[in-house]
Amino acid sequence: MTTPVPRKLRVATTSLAGCFGCHMSFLDIDEHLFELVELIEFDRSPLTDIKDVGPCDIGLIEGGVCNSENVHVLREFRRNCKTLIALGACAVTGGLPAQRNHLSLSECLREVYQFRPGVENGQIPNDPELPLPLDKVRPIHEVVRVDYFIPGCPPSGPAIWKFLTDLIAGRTPRLTGGLLHYD
Amino acid sequence: MKQFLLDGQPIPFEDGQTILEAARAAGHYIPSLCWHKDLPPHGSCKLCVVKSAGRHVSACATPAKDGAEVESNTPEMNGERRGILQMLFVEGNHFCPSCEMSGNCELQALGYEYEMLTPRFRHFFPDRPVDASHPDVLLDFNRCIFCELCVRASRDIDGKSVFALTGRGIDKHLVVNAESGRLADTDFTKDDRAANICPVGVILPKRTGFAVPIGERSFDGTQISTETLKEES
Repeated sequence: MTTPVPRKLRVATTSLAGCFGCHMSFLDIDEHLFELVELIEFDRSPLTDIKDVGPCDIGLIEGGVCNSENVHVLREFRRNCKTLIALGACAVTGGLPAQRNHLSLSECLREVYQFRPGVENGQIPNDPELPLPLDKVRPIHEVVRVDYFIPGCPPSGPAIWKFLTDLIAGRTPRLTGGLLHYD
Repeated sequence: MKQFLLDGQPIPFEDGQTILEAARAAGHYIPSLCWHKDLPPHGSCKLCVVKSAGRHVSACATPAKDGAEVESNTPEMNGERRGILQMLFVEGNHFCPSCEMSGNCELQALGYEYEMLTPRFRHFFPDRPVDASHPDVLLDFNRCIFCELCVRASRDIDGKSVFALTGRGIDKHLVVNAESGRLADTDFTKDDRAANICPVGVILPKRTGFAVPIGERSFDGTQISTETLKEES
């Protein structure tokens, strides 16, 4: 009798209001990537360029929520992913984009598109294709339920590897010692 | 000698010692943010919360009592401490990646100690403008946790009363005691005790921010519990 090959876990990733630094750090697990692709396959991700997320086991979200499209994508991930993980400082706390939260949104837009030195006849972009910015940038747990959090700007490759291997092996993921960092 | 039990371990103490002082002297860590050995206990941060005779008390302000049974390093108390840390994180603007205290910050180090992975609650995102008026010291109020260490050190040690807390609830904030409200208009100097006592990143000396690189700072390699016990022994 042959033992059945275990089904590969399906993983989706996305960057909302993020800088893709967490995705770069994910790639920093280097040769562990070879071990990882034996255990998982990618669904929607910047690595596959698949545009819509399907049913998945794990969703990794980089970045906070700064506009209506982010809300839409995040909710779609939550609907489709059994386990949703906030990856990095922006997803966990709002991070750098949230530094605009103490300013009014219209002030921010006017400052950048109308009053910045060198801008002539500037106007605030108003194309219907552009997602509307939210008045405040939010960490993802303020919009959907989140199962796990990996802090760090970005979380290190070893931290992401430890977390994922714990999770895939069925252990409660734990970051201790040098792996837990907020900066 | 008088003694009490801390998590089942006998802790000797002398009359007048608090639970926190006796525990640390015996090599047992109880966390704190607002407590300082050179100042009277303040009891505001509540990180040192312990259970004595079934009641929650601040270990920094409660005298040790002969025969008492005290719970501190338990999943229940550490869980409550994590909750307090999470509330402190969402109340201010604690953006570690851009903070020059990162790695030396006691709030951050306690987050690591108690394995806080998420701030969990809804962020307040308060508006707290910085004060860069002083030639040698920057004030970044975003990170203030209202421990009043600077208020007390300036008043009780420096004799200057440069800082105070004002407002209530969500409007509570740290202010500078000058008509203009600016630090430059006080007699504050970078050598004041108050300038060197902030456990987080509010009171920062200028031009030295990254003299010690990230990765080589106080709590980068060691836990704050280990570091604190080492300092106090």
